[in-house]
Amino acid sequence: MITFEDVTKRYRDGTVAVDGLSLEASTGAITVFVGPSGCGKTTSLRMINRMIDATSGRITLDGQDVREIDPPTLRRGIGYVIQQAGLFPHRKIVDNVATVPYLLGWSKKKARSRAMELLELVGLDPALAGRFPFQLSGGQQQRVGVARALAADPPVLLMDEPFSAVDPIVRASLQDELLRLQLELRKTIVFVTHDIDEAVKLGDTVAVMRVGGRLAQMAGPATLLTEPADDFVREFLGRDRGIRRLSFISAKEMRLSPSPSDLVIDEDGRALGWRTADGLAAYGTFNPETDSLRVALDAALLSPNGTAVAVDEEGRVRGVAGRDSIDKLLGEYAPPATGPAPGGSGGGSSSGAGDSEGAPA
Amino acid sequence: MNWLAGFFGDAAHWSGPDGIPARLLEHLEFSAAAFLIAALIAVPLGMLIGHTGRGALLVVIAANAARALPTLGLLVLVVLLAGVGTVLPVLIPLVVLAIPPILVNTYEGVRGVDADLRDAAYGMGLRGRQVLLQTLTPVALPLILLGLRLAAVQVVSTATVAAFVGLGGLGRFIIDGLATKTYADVIGGAVLVAALALAVQFAFLLLDRVAVSPGVRQIR
Repeated sequence: MITFEDVTKRYRDGTVAVDGLSLEASTGAITVFVGPSGCGKTTSLRMINRMIDATSGRITLDGQDVREIDPPTLRRGIGYVIQQAGLFPHRKIVDNVATVPYLLGWSKKKARSRAMELLELVGLDPALAGRFPFQLSGGQQQRVGVARALAADPPVLLMDEPFSAVDPIVRASLQDELLRLQLELRKTIVFVTHDIDEAVKLGDTVAVMRVGGRLAQMAGPATLLTEPADDFVREFLGRDRGIRRLSFISAKEMRLSPSPSDLVIDEDGRALGWRTADGLAAYGTFNPETDSLRVALDAALLSPNGTAVAVDEEGRVRGVAGRDSIDKLLGEYAPPATGPAPGGSGGGSSSGAGDSEGAPA
Repeated sequence: MNWLAGFFGDAAHWSGPDGIPARLLEHLEFSAAAFLIAALIAVPLGMLIGHTGRGALLVVIAANAARALPTLGLLVLVVLLAGVGTVLPVLIPLVVLAIPPILVNTYEGVRGVDADLRDAAYGMGLRGRQVLLQTLTPVALPLILLGLRLAAVQVVSTATVAAFVGLGGLGRFIIDGLATKTYADVIGGAVLVAALALAVQFAFLLLDRVAVSPGVRQIR
Protein backbone atom coordinates (compact mmCIF):
# COMPACT_ATOMS: atom_id res chain seq x y z
CA MET A 1 0.00 0.00 0.00
CA ILE A 2 1.15 3.51 -0.83
CA THR A 3 0.15 6.21 1.62
CA PHE A 4 0.34 9.98 1.25
CA GLU A 5 0.23 11.78 4.59
CA ASP A 6 -0.36 15.51 4.24
CA VAL A 7 2.12 15.77 1.38
CA THR A 8 2.97 19.20 0.01
CA LYS A 9 5.31 20.20 -2.79
CA ARG A 10 6.21 23.87 -2.91
CA TYR A 11 8.76 25.14 -5.40
CA ARG A 12 11.30 27.80 -4.60
CA ASP A 13 9.37 30.45 -6.53
CA GLY A 14 6.43 29.82 -4.21
CA THR A 15 4.31 27.78 -6.62
CA VAL A 16 2.43 25.05 -4.80
CA ALA A 17 2.17 21.96 -7.01
CA VAL A 18 0.66 19.63 -4.41
CA ASP A 19 -1.13 20.93 -1.35
CA GLY A 20 -1.68 18.76 1.72
CA LEU A 21 -2.44 15.56 -0.17
CA SER A 22 -3.50 12.60 1.94
CA LEU A 23 -4.63 9.39 0.32
CA GLU A 24 -4.04 5.66 0.10
CA ALA A 25 -3.39 3.56 -2.98
CA SER A 26 -4.42 0.01 -2.11
CA THR A 27 -2.22 -2.98 -2.74
CA GLY A 28 -3.12 -4.89 -5.88
CA ALA A 29 -5.44 -2.20 -7.21
CA ILE A 30 -5.27 0.53 -9.84
CA THR A 31 -5.46 4.02 -8.36
CA VAL A 32 -5.85 6.75 -10.95
CA PHE A 33 -4.82 10.37 -10.37
CA VAL A 34 -6.85 12.50 -12.75
CA GLY A 35 -7.33 16.21 -13.18
CA PRO A 36 -6.72 19.17 -15.46
CA SER A 37 -3.15 20.25 -16.24
CA GLY A 38 -1.54 21.97 -13.30
CA CYS A 39 -3.40 19.90 -10.72
CA GLY A 40 -0.20 18.24 -9.48
CA LYS A 41 -1.07 14.69 -10.52
CA THR A 42 2.27 13.98 -12.19
CA THR A 43 4.17 15.68 -9.39
CA SER A 44 2.33 13.47 -6.89
CA LEU A 45 3.25 10.36 -8.87
CA ARG A 46 6.88 11.36 -9.18
CA MET A 47 7.17 11.94 -5.46
CA ILE A 48 6.51 8.23 -4.94
CA ASN A 49 9.73 7.16 -6.68
CA ARG A 50 11.49 10.35 -5.58
CA MET A 51 11.99 11.78 -9.04
CA ILE A 52 10.73 14.79 -7.07
CA ASP A 53 11.06 15.12 -3.30
CA ALA A 54 8.14 16.36 -1.24
CA THR A 55 8.59 19.63 0.66
CA SER A 56 6.67 18.33 3.66
CA GLY A 57 4.58 15.34 4.66
CA ARG A 58 5.32 11.69 4.27
CA ILE A 59 4.91 9.10 1.54
CA THR A 60 5.17 5.50 2.67
CA LEU A 61 5.46 2.31 0.69
CA ASP A 62 4.19 -0.64 2.74
CA GLY A 63 4.89 1.37 5.87
CA GLN A 64 8.37 2.54 4.95
CA ASP A 65 9.03 6.24 4.34
CA VAL A 66 10.39 6.56 0.79
CA ARG A 67 12.73 9.30 2.02
CA GLU A 68 14.68 6.66 3.93
CA ILE A 69 15.56 4.75 0.75
CA ASP A 70 18.35 5.79 -1.60
CA PRO A 71 16.57 6.92 -4.83
CA PRO A 72 18.21 4.54 -7.36
CA THR A 73 17.57 1.57 -5.05
CA LEU A 74 13.98 2.69 -4.51
CA ARG A 75 13.40 3.15 -8.26
CA ARG A 76 14.76 -0.29 -9.16
CA GLY A 77 11.97 -1.73 -7.04
CA ILE A 78 9.22 0.35 -8.69
CA GLY A 79 8.16 -0.03 -12.31
CA TYR A 80 7.95 3.29 -14.14
CA VAL A 81 6.20 3.92 -17.46
CA ILE A 82 6.25 7.38 -19.05
CA GLN A 83 4.34 9.07 -21.83
CA GLN A 84 6.74 8.78 -24.76
CA ALA A 85 7.86 5.31 -23.62
CA GLY A 86 11.37 6.77 -23.13
CA LEU A 87 13.06 3.71 -24.58
CA PHE A 88 16.84 3.79 -24.97
CA PRO A 89 17.28 4.33 -28.73
CA HIS A 90 20.74 2.76 -28.84
CA ARG A 91 19.65 -0.51 -27.28
CA LYS A 92 17.76 -3.37 -28.85
CA ILE A 93 14.25 -4.04 -27.58
CA VAL A 94 15.33 -7.06 -25.54
CA ASP A 95 18.05 -5.05 -23.79
CA ASN A 96 15.66 -2.18 -23.17
CA VAL A 97 13.33 -4.56 -21.36
CA ALA A 98 16.24 -6.05 -19.43
CA THR A 99 17.43 -2.63 -18.16
CA VAL A 100 16.53 -3.09 -14.50
CA PRO A 101 17.59 -6.78 -14.32
CA TYR A 102 21.00 -5.70 -15.67
CA LEU A 103 21.17 -2.97 -13.01
CA LEU A 104 20.32 -5.54 -10.37
CA GLY A 105 23.26 -7.62 -11.55
CA TRP A 106 21.42 -10.51 -13.18
CA SER A 107 23.44 -12.52 -15.70
CA LYS A 108 22.92 -11.44 -19.30
CA LYS A 109 21.36 -14.79 -20.14
CA LYS A 110 18.85 -14.71 -17.29
CA ALA A 111 17.99 -11.04 -17.91
CA ARG A 112 17.38 -11.66 -21.61
CA SER A 113 15.25 -14.73 -21.11
CA ARG A 114 13.16 -12.79 -18.60
CA ALA A 115 12.86 -9.99 -21.18
CA MET A 116 11.61 -12.46 -23.79
CA GLU A 117 8.96 -13.72 -21.35
CA LEU A 118 7.78 -10.17 -20.81
CA LEU A 119 7.59 -9.31 -24.49
CA GLU A 120 5.23 -12.23 -24.83
CA LEU A 121 3.27 -11.18 -21.75
CA VAL A 122 2.58 -7.71 -23.15
CA GLY A 123 1.54 -9.18 -26.49
CA LEU A 124 4.58 -8.43 -28.62
CA ASP A 125 6.03 -10.70 -31.30
CA PRO A 126 9.35 -12.12 -29.97
CA ALA A 127 10.81 -11.37 -33.40
CA LEU A 128 10.83 -7.70 -32.36
CA ALA A 129 13.41 -8.42 -29.64
CA GLY A 130 16.35 -7.75 -31.94
CA ARG A 131 14.96 -4.52 -33.36
CA PHE A 132 15.72 -0.99 -32.25
CA PRO A 133 13.02 1.32 -30.82
CA PHE A 134 12.77 3.50 -33.95
CA GLN A 135 11.64 0.43 -35.89
CA LEU A 136 8.51 0.03 -33.74
CA SER A 137 5.18 1.86 -33.87
CA GLY A 138 4.14 4.13 -31.01
CA GLY A 139 1.80 1.49 -29.58
CA GLN A 140 4.49 -1.19 -29.74
CA GLN A 141 7.00 1.12 -28.05
CA GLN A 142 4.51 1.74 -25.27
CA ARG A 143 4.09 -2.02 -24.76
CA VAL A 144 7.88 -2.31 -24.54
CA GLY A 145 7.76 0.48 -21.96
CA VAL A 146 5.33 -1.57 -19.89
CA ALA A 147 7.42 -4.73 -20.31
CA ARG A 148 10.52 -2.83 -19.18
CA ALA A 149 8.71 -1.56 -16.09
CA LEU A 150 7.64 -5.11 -15.20
CA ALA A 151 11.01 -6.75 -15.89
CA ALA A 152 12.23 -7.15 -12.32
CA ASP A 153 8.71 -8.01 -11.14
CA PRO A 154 8.26 -4.94 -8.92
CA PRO A 155 5.17 -4.94 -6.69
CA VAL A 156 4.43 -1.32 -7.60
CA LEU A 157 3.96 0.23 -11.02
CA LEU A 158 3.84 3.99 -11.68
CA MET A 159 2.34 5.00 -15.02
CA ASP A 160 2.55 8.64 -16.08
CA GLU A 161 0.08 9.30 -18.93
CA PRO A 162 1.42 6.21 -20.66
CA PHE A 163 -1.20 6.00 -23.40
CA SER A 164 -1.87 9.63 -24.21
CA ALA A 165 0.51 9.88 -27.17
CA VAL A 166 -1.05 7.08 -29.24
CA ASP A 167 -4.16 7.18 -31.43
CA PRO A 168 -7.55 6.35 -29.86
CA ILE A 169 -7.82 2.81 -31.28
CA VAL A 170 -4.36 1.80 -30.09
CA ARG A 171 -5.05 3.52 -26.77
CA ALA A 172 -8.20 1.47 -26.23
CA SER A 173 -6.35 -1.77 -26.95
CA LEU A 174 -3.48 -0.80 -24.62
CA GLN A 175 -6.03 -0.05 -21.89
CA ASP A 176 -7.72 -3.42 -22.37
CA GLU A 177 -4.33 -5.10 -22.32
CA LEU A 178 -3.43 -3.37 -19.06
CA LEU A 179 -6.65 -4.56 -17.44
CA ARG A 180 -5.99 -8.10 -18.67
CA LEU A 181 -2.41 -8.00 -17.33
CA GLN A 182 -3.63 -6.63 -14.03
CA LEU A 183 -6.06 -9.55 -13.59
CA GLU A 184 -3.04 -11.79 -13.81
CA LEU A 185 -0.39 -9.74 -12.00
CA ARG A 186 -2.29 -7.84 -9.28
CA LYS A 187 0.27 -5.03 -9.04
CA THR A 188 -0.23 -1.91 -7.01
CA ILE A 189 -0.61 0.58 -9.85
CA VAL A 190 -0.73 4.35 -9.68
CA PHE A 191 -1.85 5.72 -13.01
CA VAL A 192 -1.86 9.38 -14.03
CA THR A 193 -4.07 10.72 -16.80
CA HIS A 194 -5.91 13.89 -17.79
CA ASP A 195 -8.57 11.81 -19.55
CA ILE A 196 -11.52 11.15 -17.26
CA ASP A 197 -12.83 8.35 -19.49
CA GLU A 198 -9.51 6.56 -19.18
CA ALA A 199 -9.59 7.10 -15.41
CA VAL A 200 -13.08 5.70 -15.09
CA LYS A 201 -12.27 2.74 -17.33
CA LEU A 202 -9.04 1.72 -15.62
CA GLY A 203 -9.35 2.83 -12.01
CA ASP A 204 -10.46 0.68 -9.11
CA THR A 205 -10.25 3.99 -7.30
CA VAL A 206 -10.13 7.41 -8.94
CA ALA A 207 -8.61 10.45 -7.23
CA VAL A 208 -9.82 13.65 -8.90
CA MET A 209 -7.44 16.55 -8.29
CA ARG A 210 -8.02 20.22 -8.85
CA VAL A 211 -5.62 22.98 -9.88
CA GLY A 212 -3.42 23.95 -6.96
CA GLY A 213 -2.73 20.33 -6.06
CA ARG A 214 -5.73 19.54 -3.87
CA LEU A 215 -7.71 16.35 -3.79
CA ALA A 216 -11.30 17.05 -4.92
CA GLN A 217 -12.75 13.56 -4.53
CA MET A 218 -11.55 10.00 -4.23
CA ALA A 219 -13.97 7.19 -4.97
CA GLY A 220 -14.68 4.16 -7.10
CA PRO A 221 -15.60 5.07 -10.68
CA ALA A 222 -19.30 4.17 -10.38
CA THR A 223 -19.69 6.20 -7.19
CA LEU A 224 -17.82 9.09 -8.76
CA LEU A 225 -20.25 9.15 -11.68
CA THR A 226 -23.37 9.03 -9.53
CA GLU A 227 -22.24 11.11 -6.58
CA PRO A 228 -19.74 13.77 -7.60
CA ALA A 229 -18.67 15.67 -4.49
CA ASP A 230 -18.99 19.15 -5.92
CA ASP A 231 -19.43 21.24 -9.05
CA PHE A 232 -15.79 20.95 -10.03
CA VAL A 233 -15.91 17.16 -10.07
CA ARG A 234 -19.31 17.18 -11.78
CA GLU A 235 -18.01 19.46 -14.50
CA PHE A 236 -14.81 17.50 -14.89
CA LEU A 237 -16.71 14.25 -15.29
CA GLY A 238 -18.55 15.84 -18.19
CA ARG A 239 -21.84 14.91 -19.78
CA ASP A 240 -23.71 11.61 -19.90
CA ARG A 241 -22.69 10.50 -16.40
CA GLY A 242 -25.86 8.46 -16.09
CA ILE A 243 -25.20 6.58 -19.30
CA ARG A 244 -21.49 6.10 -18.54
CA ARG A 245 -22.30 4.72 -15.14
CA LEU A 246 -24.10 1.83 -16.84
CA SER A 247 -20.66 0.55 -17.94
CA PHE A 248 -20.20 -0.66 -14.37
CA ILE A 249 -23.38 -2.74 -14.29
CA SER A 250 -23.18 -6.21 -15.78
CA ALA A 251 -25.83 -7.30 -18.26
CA LYS A 252 -25.66 -10.81 -16.78
CA GLU A 253 -28.96 -10.47 -14.91
CA MET A 254 -30.84 -9.32 -18.00
CA ARG A 255 -34.04 -11.29 -18.52
CA LEU A 256 -33.97 -12.64 -22.10
CA SER A 257 -36.96 -13.58 -24.25
CA PRO A 258 -36.82 -16.17 -27.02
CA SER A 259 -35.96 -14.57 -30.34
CA PRO A 260 -39.09 -13.46 -32.19
CA SER A 261 -39.91 -14.62 -35.72
CA ASP A 262 -39.08 -11.27 -37.33
CA LEU A 263 -35.41 -11.66 -36.35
CA VAL A 264 -33.79 -13.43 -39.32
CA ILE A 265 -31.21 -16.00 -38.23
CA ASP A 266 -28.91 -18.02 -40.50
CA GLU A 267 -28.22 -21.76 -40.15
CA ASP A 268 -25.21 -21.13 -37.83
CA GLY A 269 -27.50 -19.32 -35.42
CA ARG A 270 -26.20 -15.85 -36.23
CA ALA A 271 -28.54 -12.91 -36.69
CA LEU A 272 -28.88 -11.38 -40.16
CA GLY A 273 -31.28 -8.56 -39.35
CA TRP A 274 -34.82 -7.56 -38.51
CA ARG A 275 -37.42 -8.28 -41.17
CA THR A 276 -39.22 -5.09 -42.25
CA ALA A 277 -41.33 -4.06 -45.20
CA ASP A 278 -38.22 -2.66 -46.92
CA GLY A 279 -36.02 -5.71 -46.30
CA LEU A 280 -33.56 -6.41 -43.48
CA ALA A 281 -32.90 -3.68 -40.92
CA ALA A 282 -29.84 -3.21 -38.72
CA TYR A 283 -29.61 -4.75 -35.25
CA GLY A 284 -27.39 -4.40 -32.19
CA THR A 285 -25.94 -7.21 -30.10
CA PHE A 286 -24.55 -7.66 -26.62
CA ASN A 287 -23.07 -10.62 -24.77
CA PRO A 288 -24.79 -10.91 -21.38
CA GLU A 289 -21.82 -12.85 -19.94
CA THR A 290 -19.20 -10.19 -20.61
CA ASP A 291 -20.91 -6.94 -21.57
CA SER A 292 -22.32 -4.15 -19.45
CA LEU A 293 -25.80 -2.73 -19.29
CA ARG A 294 -24.49 0.20 -21.32
CA VAL A 295 -23.67 -2.09 -24.25
CA ALA A 296 -27.10 -3.74 -23.97
CA LEU A 297 -28.86 -0.37 -24.00
CA ASP A 298 -26.73 0.72 -26.94
CA ALA A 299 -27.66 -2.47 -28.80
CA ALA A 300 -31.34 -1.79 -28.18
CA LEU A 301 -31.02 1.75 -29.51
CA LEU A 302 -29.40 0.43 -32.71
CA SER A 303 -32.42 -1.72 -33.59
CA PRO A 304 -35.52 -0.19 -35.22
CA ASN A 305 -37.80 -1.89 -32.67
CA GLY A 306 -35.73 -1.09 -29.59
CA THR A 307 -34.85 -4.69 -28.92
CA ALA A 308 -31.26 -5.80 -28.24
CA VAL A 309 -30.03 -9.17 -29.51
CA ALA A 310 -28.18 -11.27 -26.94
CA VAL A 311 -25.39 -13.42 -28.38
CA ASP A 312 -22.76 -15.81 -27.01
CA GLU A 313 -19.04 -15.44 -27.66
CA GLU A 314 -19.45 -17.26 -30.99
CA GLY A 315 -22.00 -14.65 -32.09
CA ARG A 316 -24.93 -17.10 -31.96
CA VAL A 317 -28.28 -15.65 -30.91
CA ARG A 318 -29.32 -16.63 -27.39
CA GLY A 319 -32.43 -14.52 -27.16
CA VAL A 320 -33.49 -10.90 -27.17
CA ALA A 321 -33.91 -8.21 -24.53
CA GLY A 322 -36.67 -5.69 -25.09
CA ARG A 323 -36.98 -2.27 -23.47
CA ASP A 324 -38.98 -3.83 -20.66
CA SER A 325 -36.09 -6.09 -19.59
CA ILE A 326 -33.59 -3.27 -19.91
CA ASP A 327 -35.78 -0.89 -17.93
CA LYS A 328 -36.25 -3.44 -15.21
CA LEU A 329 -32.49 -3.81 -14.77
CA LEU A 330 -32.03 -0.02 -14.95
CA GLY A 331 -34.56 0.30 -12.16
CA GLU A 332 -32.77 -2.21 -9.98
CA TYR A 333 -29.53 -0.30 -10.28
CA ALA A 334 -30.94 3.19 -9.93
CA PRO A 335 -28.58 5.38 -7.89
CA PRO A 336 -29.37 5.47 -4.17
CA ALA A 337 -31.26 8.43 -2.80
CA THR A 338 -28.88 10.80 -1.02
CA GLY A 339 -31.33 13.22 0.53
CA PRO A 340 -32.87 16.30 -1.04
CA ALA A 341 -30.47 17.74 -3.60
CA PRO A 342 -31.65 20.80 -5.50
CA GLY A 343 -31.08 20.55 -9.25
CA GLY A 344 -29.89 16.95 -9.13
CA SER A 345 -29.70 15.25 -12.50
CA GLY A 346 -28.63 11.96 -14.05
CA GLY A 347 -30.40 9.48 -11.80
CA GLY A 348 -33.75 11.10 -12.44
CA SER A 349 -33.75 10.64 -16.17
CA SER A 350 -33.14 6.90 -16.20
CA SER A 351 -35.75 6.10 -13.56
CA GLY A 352 -38.16 8.40 -15.39
CA ALA A 353 -37.71 6.36 -18.55
CA GLY A 354 -38.36 3.24 -16.50
CA ASP A 355 -41.66 4.57 -15.21
CA SER A 356 -43.08 5.57 -18.55
CA GLU A 357 -42.23 2.37 -20.40
CA GLY A 358 -42.13 -0.05 -17.54
CA ALA A 359 -45.20 -2.06 -18.55
CA PRO A 360 -44.10 -5.66 -19.02
CA ALA A 361 -44.83 -7.11 -22.44
CA MET B 1 50.49 17.72 -63.80
CA ASN B 2 54.10 17.72 -64.85
CA TRP B 3 55.06 19.07 -61.49
CA LEU B 4 53.12 16.32 -59.75
CA ALA B 5 54.76 13.66 -61.92
CA GLY B 6 58.13 15.23 -61.23
CA PHE B 7 57.53 15.19 -57.48
CA PHE B 8 55.95 11.78 -57.03
CA GLY B 9 57.97 10.13 -59.89
CA ASP B 10 61.33 11.03 -58.37
CA ALA B 11 62.71 7.92 -56.65
CA ALA B 12 64.74 10.12 -54.28
CA HIS B 13 61.47 11.39 -52.75
CA TRP B 14 60.52 7.92 -51.56
CA SER B 15 63.44 7.11 -49.24
CA GLY B 16 65.72 8.65 -46.65
CA PRO B 17 65.03 11.02 -43.75
CA ASP B 18 63.51 13.67 -46.04
CA GLY B 19 61.55 11.20 -48.19
CA ILE B 20 57.77 11.11 -48.29
CA PRO B 21 57.35 8.08 -45.94
CA ALA B 22 59.56 9.60 -43.23
CA ARG B 23 57.88 13.05 -43.50
CA LEU B 24 54.44 11.46 -43.49
CA LEU B 25 55.28 9.54 -40.35
CA GLU B 26 56.58 12.68 -38.60
CA HIS B 27 53.46 14.53 -39.63
CA LEU B 28 51.25 11.79 -38.25
CA GLU B 29 53.20 11.72 -34.99
CA PHE B 30 52.66 15.42 -34.22
CA SER B 31 49.09 15.27 -35.32
CA ALA B 32 48.22 12.14 -33.37
CA ALA B 33 49.90 13.40 -30.22
CA ALA B 34 48.13 16.77 -30.40
CA PHE B 35 44.79 15.13 -31.25
CA LEU B 36 44.98 12.61 -28.40
CA ILE B 37 45.91 15.22 -25.82
CA ALA B 38 43.05 17.45 -26.98
CA ALA B 39 40.58 14.54 -26.97
CA LEU B 40 41.63 13.42 -23.50
CA ILE B 41 40.98 16.91 -22.19
CA ALA B 42 37.90 17.91 -24.17
CA VAL B 43 35.79 14.72 -24.32
CA PRO B 44 35.54 14.12 -20.55
CA LEU B 45 35.16 17.84 -19.92
CA GLY B 46 32.40 18.18 -22.52
CA MET B 47 30.60 15.13 -21.14
CA LEU B 48 30.77 16.42 -17.61
CA ILE B 49 29.62 19.93 -18.47
CA GLY B 50 26.82 18.57 -20.67
CA HIS B 51 25.67 16.21 -17.92
CA THR B 52 25.84 18.56 -14.95
CA GLY B 53 25.10 21.82 -16.79
CA ARG B 54 27.86 23.43 -14.73
CA GLY B 55 30.61 25.30 -16.58
CA ALA B 56 28.66 25.92 -19.78
CA LEU B 57 30.31 29.35 -19.98
CA LEU B 58 33.63 27.61 -20.61
CA VAL B 59 32.16 25.99 -23.69
CA VAL B 60 30.93 29.31 -25.03
CA ILE B 61 34.36 30.88 -24.50
CA ALA B 62 36.05 27.91 -26.19
CA ALA B 63 33.70 28.13 -29.16
CA ASN B 64 34.43 31.83 -29.64
CA ALA B 65 38.15 31.43 -29.12
CA ALA B 66 38.22 28.77 -31.83
CA ARG B 67 36.97 31.28 -34.38
CA ALA B 68 39.33 34.06 -33.33
CA LEU B 69 42.59 32.26 -32.65
CA PRO B 70 45.39 32.63 -35.23
CA THR B 71 47.31 29.35 -35.18
CA LEU B 72 50.43 30.73 -36.78
CA GLY B 73 50.54 33.65 -34.38
CA LEU B 74 50.22 31.31 -31.42
CA LEU B 75 52.96 29.12 -32.84
CA VAL B 76 55.38 32.03 -33.13
CA LEU B 77 54.47 33.17 -29.62
CA VAL B 78 55.11 29.74 -28.12
CA VAL B 79 58.40 29.45 -29.99
CA LEU B 80 59.46 32.83 -28.63
CA LEU B 81 58.57 31.68 -25.13
CA ALA B 82 59.74 28.05 -25.26
CA GLY B 83 62.56 28.24 -27.77
CA VAL B 84 63.17 26.28 -30.95
CA GLY B 85 64.16 22.65 -31.17
CA THR B 86 61.53 20.96 -29.03
CA VAL B 87 58.22 19.56 -30.18
CA LEU B 88 56.32 21.64 -27.62
CA PRO B 89 55.89 24.80 -29.73
CA VAL B 90 54.03 22.77 -32.33
CA LEU B 91 51.94 20.67 -29.94
CA ILE B 92 50.56 23.57 -27.93
CA PRO B 93 48.90 25.45 -30.80
CA LEU B 94 47.60 22.22 -32.29
CA VAL B 95 46.06 21.11 -29.00
CA VAL B 96 44.54 24.55 -28.48
CA LEU B 97 43.15 24.37 -31.99
CA ALA B 98 41.66 20.90 -31.53
CA ILE B 99 39.96 21.41 -28.17
CA PRO B 100 37.07 23.74 -29.15
CA PRO B 101 35.37 21.56 -31.80
CA ILE B 102 35.59 18.48 -29.56
CA LEU B 103 34.44 20.33 -26.45
CA VAL B 104 31.56 22.13 -28.14
CA ASN B 105 30.21 19.06 -29.95
CA THR B 106 30.55 16.72 -26.98
CA TYR B 107 28.80 19.25 -24.76
CA GLU B 108 26.01 19.88 -27.25
CA GLY B 109 25.60 16.16 -27.86
CA VAL B 110 25.23 15.23 -24.22
CA ARG B 111 23.15 18.25 -23.30
CA GLY B 112 20.88 17.78 -26.30
CA VAL B 113 19.72 14.27 -25.36
CA ASP B 114 15.92 14.18 -25.09
CA ALA B 115 14.78 15.12 -21.59
CA ASP B 116 12.27 12.25 -21.54
CA LEU B 117 15.07 9.78 -22.15
CA ARG B 118 17.16 11.22 -19.34
CA ASP B 119 14.09 11.07 -17.13
CA ALA B 120 13.42 7.45 -18.05
CA ALA B 121 17.03 6.52 -17.28
CA TYR B 122 16.83 8.02 -13.79
CA GLY B 123 13.37 6.55 -13.33
CA MET B 124 14.67 3.04 -14.06
CA GLY B 125 17.13 3.48 -11.21
CA LEU B 126 20.35 4.33 -13.04
CA ARG B 127 22.78 6.39 -10.97
CA GLY B 128 24.15 9.71 -12.29
CA ARG B 129 27.32 8.21 -13.69
CA GLN B 130 25.40 5.31 -15.28
CA VAL B 131 22.98 7.76 -16.87
CA LEU B 132 25.96 9.60 -18.40
CA LEU B 133 27.91 6.56 -19.57
CA GLN B 134 25.13 4.12 -20.47
CA THR B 135 22.51 6.46 -21.88
CA LEU B 136 23.68 9.99 -22.68
CA THR B 137 27.05 9.11 -24.20
CA PRO B 138 25.88 6.38 -26.61
CA VAL B 139 23.06 8.63 -27.79
CA ALA B 140 25.40 11.65 -28.13
CA LEU B 141 28.11 9.59 -29.84
CA PRO B 142 27.41 10.78 -33.41
CA LEU B 143 28.00 14.39 -32.34
CA ILE B 144 31.03 13.49 -30.23
CA LEU B 145 32.55 11.71 -33.23
CA LEU B 146 31.73 14.69 -35.43
CA GLY B 147 33.69 16.95 -33.07
CA LEU B 148 36.61 14.55 -33.05
CA ARG B 149 36.57 14.33 -36.84
CA LEU B 150 36.56 18.11 -37.30
CA ALA B 151 39.43 18.41 -34.84
CA ALA B 152 41.46 15.63 -36.45
CA VAL B 153 41.11 17.06 -39.95
CA GLN B 154 42.05 20.52 -38.71
CA VAL B 155 45.06 19.21 -36.81
CA VAL B 156 46.34 17.18 -39.75
CA SER B 157 46.03 20.18 -42.08
CA THR B 158 47.50 22.65 -39.67
CA ALA B 159 50.43 20.45 -38.57
CA THR B 160 52.03 21.74 -41.76
CA VAL B 161 53.13 24.82 -39.81
CA ALA B 162 55.59 22.70 -37.82
CA ALA B 163 58.00 23.21 -40.70
CA PHE B 164 58.05 26.95 -39.91
CA VAL B 165 59.90 26.32 -36.71
CA GLY B 166 62.33 23.83 -38.10
CA LEU B 167 60.46 20.63 -37.35
CA GLY B 168 59.61 17.91 -39.87
CA GLY B 169 56.37 16.74 -41.33
CA LEU B 170 54.82 17.25 -44.74
CA GLY B 171 55.12 21.01 -44.27
CA ARG B 172 58.83 20.68 -44.99
CA PHE B 173 58.12 20.07 -48.69
CA ILE B 174 56.05 23.22 -48.87
CA ILE B 175 58.30 25.53 -46.83
CA ASP B 176 61.55 24.26 -48.35
CA GLY B 177 60.04 24.23 -51.83
CA LEU B 178 59.02 27.87 -51.45
CA ALA B 179 62.46 28.83 -50.16
CA THR B 180 64.25 27.15 -53.07
CA LYS B 181 61.58 27.95 -55.64
CA THR B 182 61.10 24.21 -56.27
CA TYR B 183 57.41 24.51 -56.99
CA ALA B 184 56.97 20.80 -57.74
CA ASP B 185 57.79 20.13 -54.08
CA VAL B 186 55.36 22.82 -52.90
CA ILE B 187 52.51 21.36 -54.89
CA GLY B 188 53.45 17.76 -54.07
CA GLY B 189 53.50 18.60 -50.35
CA ALA B 190 50.17 20.37 -50.56
CA VAL B 191 48.60 17.41 -52.33
CA LEU B 192 49.94 15.04 -49.67
CA VAL B 193 48.47 17.16 -46.86
CA ALA B 194 45.10 17.32 -48.60
CA ALA B 195 45.12 13.56 -49.23
CA LEU B 196 45.96 12.90 -45.59
CA ALA B 197 43.09 15.12 -44.44
CA LEU B 198 40.71 13.23 -46.70
CA ALA B 199 42.01 9.90 -45.39
CA VAL B 200 41.39 11.04 -41.80
CA GLN B 201 37.90 12.15 -42.75
CA PHE B 202 37.23 8.75 -44.27
CA ALA B 203 38.65 6.89 -41.25
CA PHE B 204 36.24 8.74 -38.98
CA LEU B 205 33.29 7.93 -41.19
CA LEU B 206 34.24 4.26 -40.87
CA LEU B 207 34.55 4.63 -37.11
CA ASP B 208 31.07 6.18 -37.03
CA ARG B 209 29.71 3.10 -38.85
CA VAL B 210 31.28 0.74 -36.35
CA ALA B 211 30.86 2.60 -33.07
CA VAL B 212 27.43 4.23 -33.33
CA SER B 213 24.43 2.03 -32.57
CA PRO B 214 22.16 1.56 -35.61
CA GLY B 215 19.30 2.62 -33.35
CA VAL B 216 20.90 6.03 -32.85
CA ARG B 217 22.20 6.54 -36.38
CA GLN B 218 18.66 6.21 -37.76
CA ILE B 219 17.03 8.93 -35.71
CA ARG B 220 19.48 11.62 -36.76
